[in-house]
Amino acid sequence: MQRRFSYPVILIRQLVITDFKLRYQGSVLGYAWSLLRPLLLFLILYIVFVKFLKIGTSVPHFPIYLLLGIVIWNFFYEMTVQNLGSIMARGDLIRKVRIPRWTIIIATSISALINLCLNLLVVALFMLTNHVILLNTIVYLPLVILEVYILALGLSFFLSAAFVKYRDVSYIWEVIMQAGFYLTPILYPLSRITDLTFQKILMLNPMAQAIQDARYATITHQSATTATVFGGGWYKLIPFITVIVVLFAGIWFFKSQSKFFAENI
Amino acid sequence: MPDEVVISVANIGKVFKLPHEKTSSVKSLVVNFYRRKRTYEIQQALQDVSFEIKKGEFFGIVGRNGSGKSTLLKILAGIYRPTEGNVQTKGKIVPFIELGVGFNPELTGRDNVFLNGALLGFSNKEMKTMYHDIVEFAELEKFMDQRLKNYSSGMEVRLAFSLAIRAKADILLIDEVLAVGDADFQRKCFNYFNQLRGSDTTVVFVSHDMGAIREYCDRALLIEDSKILAIGSTDEVTEKYLRLFMKDEKIKPTKANGEQNRWGDYSLKIKSVDIKVEPNNISIKQVVEAHKSMPSPVIGFRIREASGKDLMGTNTKIENKKLPDLKRGQEATVIWKMPNLLADGDYTLDPSVLHADELTVADWWNEAATFTVKKNRHLPYRIDPGFDIDVVIKGS
Repeated sequence: MQRRFSYPVILIRQLVITDFKLRYQGSVLGYAWSLLRPLLLFLILYIVFVKFLKIGTSVPHFPIYLLLGIVIWNFFYEMTVQNLGSIMARGDLIRKVRIPRWTIIIATSISALINLCLNLLVVALFMLTNHVILLNTIVYLPLVILEVYILALGLSFFLSAAFVKYRDVSYIWEVIMQAGFYLTPILYPLSRITDLTFQKILMLNPMAQAIQDARYATITHQSATTATVFGGGWYKLIPFITVIVVLFAGIWFFKSQSKFFAENI
Repeated sequence: MPDEVVISVANIGKVFKLPHEKTSSVKSLVVNFYRRKRTYEIQQALQDVSFEIKKGEFFGIVGRNGSGKSTLLKILAGIYRPTEGNVQTKGKIVPFIELGVGFNPELTGRDNVFLNGALLGFSNKEMKTMYHDIVEFAELEKFMDQRLKNYSSGMEVRLAFSLAIRAKADILLIDEVLAVGDADFQRKCFNYFNQLRGSDTTVVFVSHDMGAIREYCDRALLIEDSKILAIGSTDEVTEKYLRLFMKDEKIKPTKANGEQNRWGDYSLKIKSVDIKVEPNNISIKQVVEAHKSMPSPVIGFRIREASGKDLMGTNTKIENKKLPDLKRGQEATVIWKMPNLLADGDYTLDPSVLHADELTVADWWNEAATFTVKKNRHLPYRIDPGFDIDVVIKGS
């Protein structure tokens, strides 16, 4: 009985290891790409938005502020997109071995989480070189990341199960992610949106709330958060409620669909 | 508890819904979308299947292609969910639907061993202690740091098998695993089964090889058209299975290779053929009727095993027994007697009548009769002449 309990743990561990070994298979720089990708993206955005367009001069340490947002968004993007196809990709296993299906999702999400940690290392490095004063609110950062993780997990469960049935899901999700990237104040400070109503609507998005909270906690208290935009009232709880609802809806959908994975793949 | 039931299947049924998806043009896609009509083909893969398997039993599942036996195995494995009814199992189940599931060609042999070990439920630590034995058994010591894609298929199967036999399962589900691999590999598989016999492991075994089913299984189940046709002793079930083919072939003569079951100019016709099988002797009685006059015809027969492979045969010319000329309406009876050298199994008899030139066929009748040899000796070979054994031991 004790064995059965640990089976998912053994499996997840090995799936994560495999994932890592396969990820940069055949590339010269290997794991260094995990760090290089966000760095290069940051460089491009920095040149375009800070140097050319001169956005965010009002925000202190804007380049790092930008980087943190991108890193968190990237984590969210990677985790959902990789999980979306993960059940299909492991179709061979699902059709021929009995493994708990959810372990596949968890394994992929842990891979993404490890990647995030590497990226946060880059952020920390920049913070150090830019002499960002360490705020004591930084202890809340793990909580914000947990929130993003839970949101991405709920979506992952939903998307991976839906993808088994409808292949359109991957295209639809790609479009949603494109839109989401611009509807979330990642590249621009929220203050650039002059219409307060739009600001409020935007900040109801859990990703916007999470990214702004992360910036608030880590870099500067000047960044607007959902709480500051709404002032008070229960509205500021909407993003959190959304995250919880998405998680449970995702798990429920995944559970109801997973019985038929073997025959639908 | 030797009589403990470990697998209990109650009235299960499985229906597959296969959607008709032919949206070949954008127009039909749009039309289909608006009609919101998706047509399904309902495929009943299993119907009202119930049985029980006891602990330590070797249980065979046989059936023709498409009869539903693999679906049943997948339901037992928990991969498919039955549409109705339920399955109860006790203990850890390890299915071998295929050898080497989850092998990744991009990973090295070593990494694959650990990944596959995890799928079987072994932790990294446990795998490390077993690793050496696994590699040694597969005889692949030199190749473990190479990627799997550079392995030959034989090497891959060896590695997969070496891993598979480590599985500590209470119930093993095996689907035609034995069908792959060469003779040496199959021998290894059989050795493994023999090892399992003594243990408490329950084995469910899907196969087309009636010899293996007879040899290894205690009981068997025959599925035909998604229903249980027979369940019971292996002899009974395998016999029914083979009869399934006989029956079928008589209804629609096999036209494979443009061949019919019976052909010839019928100037001479086989009237009857009887075969009597005794433990030590076989006798065949052929009665031939002449429809036309025919100078010294040649009468013969051939015996084949159920799979269709030729085993033996002869005719009157080979045996230097010249038959007299036959006139219209005359009957000739030929009785063959031979020692029964056949091993246990099912066989078919193909009697024939040829013209004197031994080329022109008067009447050739494939599978005119079938017979079973049962000496209750489980021999994995086709010839069983009976053996006398002398053993001499020398030295101090």
